[in-house]
Amino acid sequence: MTENDKSTPSPGRRKFLGTTAAAVAVAGFSVVSGVRLVSLAEAKPADQPVSNKKRWGMLVDTSKCSSGCDACVTACNTENGLYTTDHPKTDAQWIRKIDLRNKATGWTVSLPMLCQHCANPPCVDVCPTGASFKRPDGIVLVDKHICIGCRYCMMACPYKARSFIHEALDQQVEYAPRGKGTVESCTFCVQRVDEVGKRRDPACVEACNAEGHKAMYFGDLKDANSEISQQLKKYQSKEIRADLNLDTGVRYRGI
Amino acid sequence: MKYSIVLKALFVVALFGSATAGAENRVPVPHPAAGKGEHCVLPTAEMRRNHMKYILHQRKETMHEGIRTPQFSLKGCIHCHAVQGDDGKPVSIKSPKHFCNSCHTYAAVHIDCFECHASTPTETVEAKRLFQPIKLYDSKIEAPAGNK
Repeated sequence: MTENDKSTPSPGRRKFLGTTAAAVAVAGFSVVSGVRLVSLAEAKPADQPVSNKKRWGMLVDTSKCSSGCDACVTACNTENGLYTTDHPKTDAQWIRKIDLRNKATGWTVSLPMLCQHCANPPCVDVCPTGASFKRPDGIVLVDKHICIGCRYCMMACPYKARSFIHEALDQQVEYAPRGKGTVESCTFCVQRVDEVGKRRDPACVEACNAEGHKAMYFGDLKDANSEISQQLKKYQSKEIRADLNLDTGVRYRGI
Repeated sequence: MKYSIVLKALFVVALFGSATAGAENRVPVPHPAAGKGEHCVLPTAEMRRNHMKYILHQRKETMHEGIRTPQFSLKGCIHCHAVQGDDGKPVSIKSPKHFCNSCHTYAAVHIDCFECHASTPTETVEAKRLFQPIKLYDSKIEAPAGNK
Protein backbone atom coordinates (compact mmCIF):
# COMPACT_ATOMS: atom_id res chain seq x y z
CA MET A 1 0.00 0.00 0.00
CA THR A 2 1.40 3.38 -0.95
CA GLU A 3 1.33 6.57 1.06
CA ASN A 4 -1.26 7.95 -1.28
CA ASP A 5 -3.62 5.02 -0.63
CA LYS A 6 -3.45 5.61 3.09
CA SER A 7 -4.23 9.28 2.87
CA THR A 8 -7.30 8.83 0.63
CA PRO A 9 -9.37 5.86 1.68
CA SER A 10 -11.43 4.26 -1.07
CA PRO A 11 -15.20 4.88 -0.99
CA GLY A 12 -15.68 1.26 0.17
CA ARG A 13 -13.38 1.73 3.13
CA ARG A 14 -14.87 5.08 3.98
CA LYS A 15 -18.37 3.63 3.96
CA PHE A 16 -17.26 0.73 6.12
CA LEU A 17 -15.64 3.03 8.64
CA GLY A 18 -18.74 5.21 8.68
CA THR A 19 -21.15 2.34 9.34
CA THR A 20 -18.84 0.83 11.95
CA ALA A 21 -18.65 4.13 13.76
CA ALA A 22 -22.45 4.42 13.67
CA ALA A 23 -22.89 0.85 14.92
CA VAL A 24 -20.44 1.48 17.76
CA ALA A 25 -22.32 4.64 18.66
CA VAL A 26 -25.67 2.81 18.75
CA ALA A 27 -24.24 -0.08 20.74
CA GLY A 28 -22.70 2.32 23.23
CA PHE A 29 -25.97 4.15 23.66
CA SER A 30 -27.83 0.88 24.09
CA VAL A 31 -25.56 -0.38 26.82
CA VAL A 32 -25.93 2.87 28.71
CA SER A 33 -29.72 2.79 28.46
CA GLY A 34 -31.23 -0.60 29.24
CA VAL A 35 -34.70 0.30 28.01
CA ARG A 36 -33.35 1.30 24.62
CA LEU A 37 -31.57 -2.04 24.33
CA VAL A 38 -34.81 -3.92 24.86
CA SER A 39 -36.78 -1.92 22.34
CA LEU A 40 -34.07 -2.38 19.71
CA ALA A 41 -34.07 -6.11 20.28
CA GLU A 42 -37.88 -6.28 20.02
CA ALA A 43 -37.97 -5.19 16.39
CA LYS A 44 -36.12 -7.86 14.44
CA PRO A 45 -35.89 -6.92 10.76
CA ALA A 46 -37.07 -9.66 8.40
CA ASP A 47 -33.59 -10.16 7.01
CA GLN A 48 -31.90 -10.65 10.37
CA PRO A 49 -31.49 -14.08 11.97
CA VAL A 50 -33.02 -14.79 15.36
CA SER A 51 -30.57 -14.44 18.23
CA ASN A 52 -30.05 -15.88 21.67
CA LYS A 53 -30.73 -12.46 23.19
CA LYS A 54 -34.27 -13.72 23.58
CA ARG A 55 -35.73 -16.90 24.91
CA TRP A 56 -39.38 -17.48 24.25
CA GLY A 57 -41.30 -19.06 27.06
CA MET A 58 -44.79 -19.73 28.32
CA LEU A 59 -46.40 -19.69 31.73
CA VAL A 60 -49.62 -21.57 32.44
CA ASP A 61 -51.63 -20.60 35.49
CA THR A 62 -53.52 -23.82 36.17
CA SER A 63 -55.78 -22.11 38.71
CA LYS A 64 -57.36 -20.22 35.83
CA CYS A 65 -57.50 -23.21 33.47
CA SER A 66 -60.87 -24.94 33.59
CA SER A 67 -61.46 -28.63 33.01
CA GLY A 68 -64.09 -28.40 30.30
CA CYS A 69 -62.31 -25.81 28.16
CA ASP A 70 -60.18 -26.74 25.17
CA ALA A 71 -60.10 -23.39 23.41
CA CYS A 72 -56.30 -23.60 23.18
CA VAL A 73 -56.46 -26.99 21.44
CA THR A 74 -59.05 -25.81 18.92
CA ALA A 75 -57.13 -22.61 18.24
CA CYS A 76 -53.91 -24.56 17.69
CA ASN A 77 -55.57 -26.96 15.25
CA THR A 78 -57.16 -24.09 13.36
CA GLU A 79 -54.02 -21.98 13.21
CA ASN A 80 -51.74 -24.77 12.09
CA GLY A 81 -54.17 -26.64 9.87
CA LEU A 82 -54.29 -29.80 11.95
CA TYR A 83 -57.17 -31.95 10.89
CA THR A 84 -58.21 -35.46 11.70
CA THR A 85 -57.48 -38.32 9.33
CA ASP A 86 -60.27 -40.31 11.03
CA HIS A 87 -57.69 -42.24 13.02
CA PRO A 88 -57.97 -40.51 16.40
CA LYS A 89 -55.29 -42.66 18.02
CA THR A 90 -52.61 -41.38 15.69
CA ASP A 91 -53.91 -37.92 14.80
CA ALA A 92 -51.37 -35.17 15.42
CA GLN A 93 -51.62 -33.35 18.74
CA TRP A 94 -49.50 -30.27 19.21
CA ILE A 95 -51.31 -29.36 22.41
CA ARG A 96 -53.74 -31.36 24.51
CA LYS A 97 -55.72 -30.81 27.66
CA ILE A 98 -54.98 -33.09 30.57
CA ASP A 99 -57.00 -33.48 33.76
CA LEU A 100 -55.12 -34.80 36.76
CA ARG A 101 -56.66 -36.05 39.97
CA ASN A 102 -54.99 -36.95 43.20
CA LYS A 103 -56.70 -40.17 44.19
CA ALA A 104 -55.83 -39.75 47.84
CA THR A 105 -57.28 -36.29 48.28
CA GLY A 106 -59.53 -35.90 45.24
CA TRP A 107 -57.81 -32.64 44.28
CA THR A 108 -57.97 -32.06 40.53
CA VAL A 109 -56.13 -29.83 38.14
CA SER A 110 -56.51 -29.22 34.43
CA LEU A 111 -53.67 -28.08 32.22
CA PRO A 112 -52.57 -27.87 28.61
CA MET A 113 -49.61 -30.07 27.71
CA LEU A 114 -47.45 -29.09 24.76
CA CYS A 115 -43.82 -29.09 23.67
CA GLN A 116 -41.97 -27.64 26.64
CA HIS A 117 -39.29 -26.04 24.43
CA CYS A 118 -36.48 -27.24 26.68
CA ALA A 119 -33.13 -25.47 26.82
CA ASN A 120 -31.57 -28.96 26.84
CA PRO A 121 -34.00 -30.84 24.61
CA PRO A 122 -33.65 -34.65 24.58
CA CYS A 123 -35.30 -34.75 21.14
CA VAL A 124 -32.40 -32.76 19.73
CA ASP A 125 -29.85 -34.97 21.48
CA VAL A 126 -31.14 -38.16 19.89
CA CYS A 127 -31.94 -36.93 16.37
CA PRO A 128 -29.65 -38.77 13.94
CA THR A 129 -30.01 -36.26 11.09
CA GLY A 130 -30.10 -32.89 12.83
CA ALA A 131 -33.72 -32.38 11.82
CA SER A 132 -34.74 -31.80 15.41
CA PHE A 133 -33.11 -28.58 16.45
CA LYS A 134 -33.36 -25.62 18.78
CA ARG A 135 -33.38 -22.12 17.37
CA PRO A 136 -31.13 -19.60 19.11
CA ASP A 137 -34.24 -18.00 20.63
CA GLY A 138 -35.18 -21.26 22.34
CA ILE A 139 -37.93 -22.55 20.04
CA VAL A 140 -37.51 -26.28 19.39
CA LEU A 141 -38.51 -27.27 15.86
CA VAL A 142 -38.37 -30.13 13.38
CA ASP A 143 -36.82 -29.38 9.99
CA LYS A 144 -39.04 -31.69 7.99
CA HIS A 145 -36.78 -31.33 4.97
CA ILE A 146 -34.23 -33.52 6.72
CA CYS A 147 -36.46 -35.53 9.07
CA ILE A 148 -36.38 -39.21 8.12
CA GLY A 149 -39.29 -40.14 10.38
CA CYS A 150 -37.31 -42.47 12.67
CA ARG A 151 -39.27 -41.24 15.71
CA TYR A 152 -36.36 -41.40 18.16
CA CYS A 153 -37.34 -37.91 19.29
CA MET A 154 -40.83 -39.12 20.12
CA MET A 155 -39.36 -41.78 22.37
CA ALA A 156 -36.91 -39.36 23.96
CA CYS A 157 -39.49 -36.70 24.82
CA PRO A 158 -40.69 -37.08 28.42
CA TYR A 159 -43.80 -35.04 27.62
CA LYS A 160 -45.10 -37.06 24.65
CA ALA A 161 -45.21 -33.77 22.83
CA ARG A 162 -44.46 -35.03 19.35
CA SER A 163 -46.64 -36.65 16.71
CA PHE A 164 -45.78 -38.69 13.65
CA ILE A 165 -47.72 -38.15 10.44
CA HIS A 166 -48.78 -41.49 9.05
CA GLU A 167 -50.85 -40.43 6.10
CA ALA A 168 -50.52 -38.11 3.13
CA LEU A 169 -52.03 -34.69 3.85
CA ASP A 170 -53.48 -32.22 1.40
CA GLN A 171 -55.08 -29.46 3.45
CA GLN A 172 -52.05 -27.79 4.99
CA VAL A 173 -51.96 -24.08 5.60
CA GLU A 174 -49.20 -22.18 3.87
CA TYR A 175 -47.35 -21.07 7.00
CA ALA A 176 -47.37 -24.50 8.67
CA PRO A 177 -46.04 -27.13 6.27
CA ARG A 178 -46.78 -30.68 7.46
CA GLY A 179 -46.39 -33.98 5.70
CA LYS A 180 -46.37 -37.73 5.75
CA GLY A 181 -43.36 -39.50 7.19
CA THR A 182 -42.18 -36.68 9.42
CA VAL A 183 -42.48 -35.84 13.10
CA GLU A 184 -43.98 -32.59 14.27
CA SER A 185 -44.85 -30.73 17.42
CA CYS A 186 -45.77 -27.34 18.81
CA THR A 187 -43.75 -24.56 17.18
CA PHE A 188 -44.83 -21.79 19.60
CA CYS A 189 -46.57 -20.56 16.41
CA VAL A 190 -43.19 -19.53 15.06
CA GLN A 191 -44.86 -17.83 12.09
CA ARG A 192 -46.54 -15.43 14.53
CA VAL A 193 -43.43 -14.95 16.68
CA ASP A 194 -41.35 -14.04 13.60
CA GLU A 195 -43.89 -11.63 12.18
CA VAL A 196 -42.04 -8.45 11.33
CA GLY A 197 -42.87 -5.48 13.47
CA LYS A 198 -45.99 -6.94 15.05
CA ARG A 199 -45.13 -10.11 16.92
CA ARG A 200 -48.26 -11.96 17.88
CA ASP A 201 -48.82 -14.41 20.71
CA PRO A 202 -49.25 -18.10 19.82
CA ALA A 203 -52.79 -19.08 18.84
CA CYS A 204 -53.41 -20.99 22.11
CA VAL A 205 -52.50 -17.97 24.25
CA GLU A 206 -54.63 -15.68 22.12
CA ALA A 207 -57.60 -18.06 22.39
CA CYS A 208 -57.20 -18.41 26.15
CA ASN A 209 -57.24 -14.64 26.51
CA ALA A 210 -60.22 -14.35 24.16
CA GLU A 211 -62.14 -16.84 26.29
CA GLY A 212 -61.44 -14.61 29.26
CA HIS A 213 -59.47 -17.21 31.20
CA LYS A 214 -56.11 -15.50 30.75
CA ALA A 215 -54.36 -18.62 32.03
CA MET A 216 -51.45 -18.45 29.58
CA TYR A 217 -48.63 -15.93 29.28
CA PHE A 218 -46.15 -15.86 26.41
CA GLY A 219 -43.03 -13.76 26.21
CA ASP A 220 -39.31 -13.35 26.46
CA LEU A 221 -37.85 -15.06 29.50
CA LYS A 222 -34.61 -13.10 29.17
CA ASP A 223 -36.37 -9.74 29.25
CA ALA A 224 -36.79 -8.85 32.91
CA ASN A 225 -39.53 -6.35 32.02
CA SER A 226 -41.73 -8.75 30.04
CA GLU A 227 -45.02 -9.75 31.63
CA ILE A 228 -44.02 -13.40 31.82
CA SER A 229 -40.77 -12.55 33.61
CA GLN A 230 -42.64 -10.34 36.05
CA GLN A 231 -45.15 -13.12 36.74
CA LEU A 232 -42.40 -15.70 37.21
CA LYS A 233 -40.60 -13.36 39.58
CA LYS A 234 -43.69 -12.60 41.60
CA TYR A 235 -45.25 -16.05 42.01
CA GLN A 236 -43.98 -19.57 42.41
CA SER A 237 -44.00 -21.74 39.32
CA LYS A 238 -42.80 -25.19 38.37
CA GLU A 239 -41.30 -27.09 35.52
CA ILE A 240 -42.86 -30.48 34.88
CA ARG A 241 -40.23 -33.16 35.50
CA ALA A 242 -37.77 -30.58 36.73
CA ASP A 243 -35.69 -33.53 37.97
CA LEU A 244 -34.60 -34.12 34.37
CA ASN A 245 -32.83 -30.73 34.30
CA LEU A 246 -34.18 -29.89 30.86
CA ASP A 247 -34.78 -26.22 31.76
CA THR A 248 -38.17 -26.08 30.08
CA GLY A 249 -39.48 -22.96 28.40
CA VAL A 250 -43.02 -23.76 29.56
CA ARG A 251 -43.69 -23.27 33.26
CA TYR A 252 -46.77 -24.10 35.29
CA ARG A 253 -48.26 -22.43 38.31
CA GLY A 254 -50.56 -24.19 40.76
CA ILE A 255 -49.44 -27.78 40.34
CA MET B 1 -70.54 -23.94 -55.93
CA LYS B 2 -70.68 -21.26 -53.27
CA TYR B 3 -70.02 -23.86 -50.60
CA SER B 4 -67.02 -25.29 -52.42
CA ILE B 5 -65.41 -21.83 -52.64
CA VAL B 6 -65.97 -21.25 -48.97
CA LEU B 7 -64.58 -24.67 -48.16
CA LYS B 8 -61.52 -24.10 -50.31
CA ALA B 9 -60.93 -20.73 -48.69
CA LEU B 10 -61.25 -22.28 -45.24
CA PHE B 11 -58.88 -25.08 -46.22
CA VAL B 12 -56.26 -22.62 -47.44
CA VAL B 13 -56.58 -20.54 -44.27
CA ALA B 14 -56.34 -23.64 -42.09
CA LEU B 15 -53.31 -24.95 -43.98
CA PHE B 16 -51.55 -21.60 -43.81
CA GLY B 17 -52.36 -21.19 -40.18
CA SER B 18 -51.11 -24.62 -39.20
CA ALA B 19 -47.96 -24.22 -41.29
CA THR B 20 -47.01 -20.96 -39.53
CA ALA B 21 -47.78 -22.44 -36.12
CA GLY B 22 -45.66 -25.44 -37.00
CA ALA B 23 -42.76 -23.27 -38.04
CA GLU B 24 -42.80 -21.44 -34.68
CA ASN B 25 -43.18 -24.49 -32.47
CA ARG B 26 -41.50 -27.48 -34.03
CA VAL B 27 -40.95 -28.67 -30.48
CA PRO B 28 -43.87 -28.27 -28.10
CA VAL B 29 -42.88 -26.12 -25.13
CA PRO B 30 -44.67 -25.59 -21.82
CA HIS B 31 -46.67 -22.42 -21.37
CA PRO B 32 -46.75 -21.60 -17.67
CA ALA B 33 -49.37 -19.03 -16.72
CA ALA B 34 -48.07 -15.51 -16.18
CA GLY B 35 -47.84 -14.39 -12.57
CA LYS B 36 -49.31 -11.29 -11.01
CA GLY B 37 -47.51 -7.99 -11.40
CA GLU B 38 -45.13 -6.87 -14.11
CA HIS B 39 -42.16 -9.11 -13.47
CA CYS B 40 -40.87 -11.85 -11.22
CA VAL B 41 -38.47 -11.26 -8.32
CA LEU B 42 -35.59 -11.73 -10.77
CA PRO B 43 -35.39 -11.76 -14.59
CA THR B 44 -37.46 -14.62 -16.00
CA ALA B 45 -34.48 -16.37 -17.61
CA GLU B 46 -32.64 -16.41 -14.29
CA MET B 47 -35.67 -17.70 -12.43
CA ARG B 48 -36.28 -20.43 -14.99
CA ARG B 49 -32.76 -21.74 -14.61
CA ASN B 50 -32.09 -21.17 -10.92
CA HIS B 51 -35.37 -20.91 -9.01
CA MET B 52 -34.64 -24.14 -7.15
CA LYS B 53 -31.37 -22.79 -5.79
CA TYR B 54 -32.99 -19.64 -4.46
CA ILE B 55 -35.81 -21.60 -2.85
CA LEU B 56 -33.37 -24.04 -1.26
CA HIS B 57 -31.25 -21.23 0.13
CA GLN B 58 -34.29 -19.45 1.53
CA ARG B 59 -35.58 -22.68 3.06
CA LYS B 60 -32.50 -23.03 5.26
CA GLU B 61 -32.53 -19.40 6.32
CA THR B 62 -36.21 -19.39 7.17
CA MET B 63 -36.31 -22.74 8.94
CA HIS B 64 -33.19 -22.37 11.06
CA GLU B 65 -32.69 -18.62 11.42
CA GLY B 66 -36.18 -17.21 11.19
CA ILE B 67 -35.28 -15.00 8.21
CA ARG B 68 -38.56 -14.38 6.44
CA THR B 69 -37.75 -12.03 3.58
CA PRO B 70 -40.42 -12.13 0.88
CA GLN B 71 -38.20 -12.22 -2.22
CA PHE B 72 -37.59 -15.95 -2.49
CA SER B 73 -40.29 -17.28 -0.22
CA LEU B 74 -42.23 -20.24 -1.57
CA LYS B 75 -45.35 -18.60 -0.18
CA GLY B 76 -44.65 -15.64 -2.47
CA CYS B 77 -44.37 -17.94 -5.51
CA ILE B 78 -47.67 -19.59 -4.65
CA HIS B 79 -49.45 -16.28 -4.23
CA CYS B 80 -48.17 -14.62 -7.41
CA HIS B 81 -48.45 -17.67 -9.62
CA ALA B 82 -51.82 -18.98 -8.47
CA VAL B 83 -53.80 -20.25 -11.46
CA GLN B 84 -57.57 -19.95 -11.27
CA GLY B 85 -59.53 -23.09 -11.99
CA ASP B 86 -62.99 -23.41 -13.49
CA ASP B 87 -64.58 -22.74 -10.11
CA GLY B 88 -62.67 -19.46 -9.76
CA LYS B 89 -60.49 -20.83 -6.96
CA PRO B 90 -56.74 -21.40 -7.27
CA VAL B 91 -55.96 -24.92 -8.49
CA SER B 92 -53.88 -27.25 -6.33
CA ILE B 93 -50.81 -29.21 -7.35
CA LYS B 94 -53.12 -32.08 -8.31
CA SER B 95 -54.23 -30.09 -11.35
CA PRO B 96 -52.07 -30.12 -14.51
CA LYS B 97 -52.83 -26.39 -14.76
CA HIS B 98 -50.90 -25.60 -11.57
CA PHE B 99 -48.04 -23.22 -12.31
CA CYS B 100 -45.33 -25.59 -11.09
CA ASN B 101 -46.89 -28.56 -12.87
CA SER B 102 -46.97 -26.81 -16.22
CA CYS B 103 -43.19 -27.14 -16.55
CA HIS B 104 -42.40 -29.95 -14.15
CA THR B 105 -44.72 -32.39 -15.88
CA TYR B 106 -43.17 -31.44 -19.21
CA ALA B 107 -39.63 -31.90 -17.90
CA ALA B 108 -40.56 -35.03 -15.94
CA VAL B 109 -38.97 -33.58 -12.81
CA HIS B 110 -40.86 -34.68 -9.73
CA ILE B 111 -41.09 -32.13 -6.91
CA ASP B 112 -41.77 -33.02 -3.30
CA CYS B 113 -42.44 -29.49 -2.06
CA PHE B 114 -46.21 -29.87 -1.98
CA GLU B 115 -46.30 -33.07 0.01
CA CYS B 116 -45.87 -30.73 2.97
CA HIS B 117 -46.30 -27.18 1.67
CA ALA B 118 -49.66 -25.79 0.64
CA SER B 119 -49.88 -25.49 -3.15
CA THR B 120 -52.60 -22.84 -3.02
CA PRO B 121 -52.75 -19.54 -1.11
CA THR B 122 -54.29 -19.94 2.33
CA GLU B 123 -57.15 -17.55 2.81
CA THR B 124 -59.37 -18.90 5.50
CA VAL B 125 -59.08 -22.01 7.56
CA GLU B 126 -62.34 -23.50 8.64
CA ALA B 127 -62.57 -23.30 12.37
CA LYS B 128 -63.28 -26.90 13.06
CA ARG B 129 -63.36 -28.73 16.31
CA LEU B 130 -61.05 -31.56 15.42
CA PHE B 131 -59.88 -33.20 18.58
CA GLN B 132 -61.56 -33.93 21.87
CA PRO B 133 -59.41 -33.21 24.88
CA ILE B 134 -58.09 -36.43 26.34
CA LYS B 135 -58.53 -37.16 30.00
CA LEU B 136 -55.74 -38.83 31.85
CA TYR B 137 -56.19 -39.70 35.48
CA ASP B 138 -53.04 -40.20 37.43
CA SER B 139 -52.89 -42.15 40.67
CA LYS B 140 -51.15 -39.27 42.37
CA ILE B 141 -49.52 -36.05 41.36
CA GLU B 142 -45.83 -36.29 41.75
CA ALA B 143 -44.14 -33.23 43.16
CA PRO B 144 -41.14 -32.42 40.97
CA ALA B 145 -37.94 -32.83 42.94
CA GLY B 146 -35.56 -30.11 41.84
CA ASN B 147 -37.96 -27.27 41.20
CA LYS B 148 -36.23 -24.19 39.94
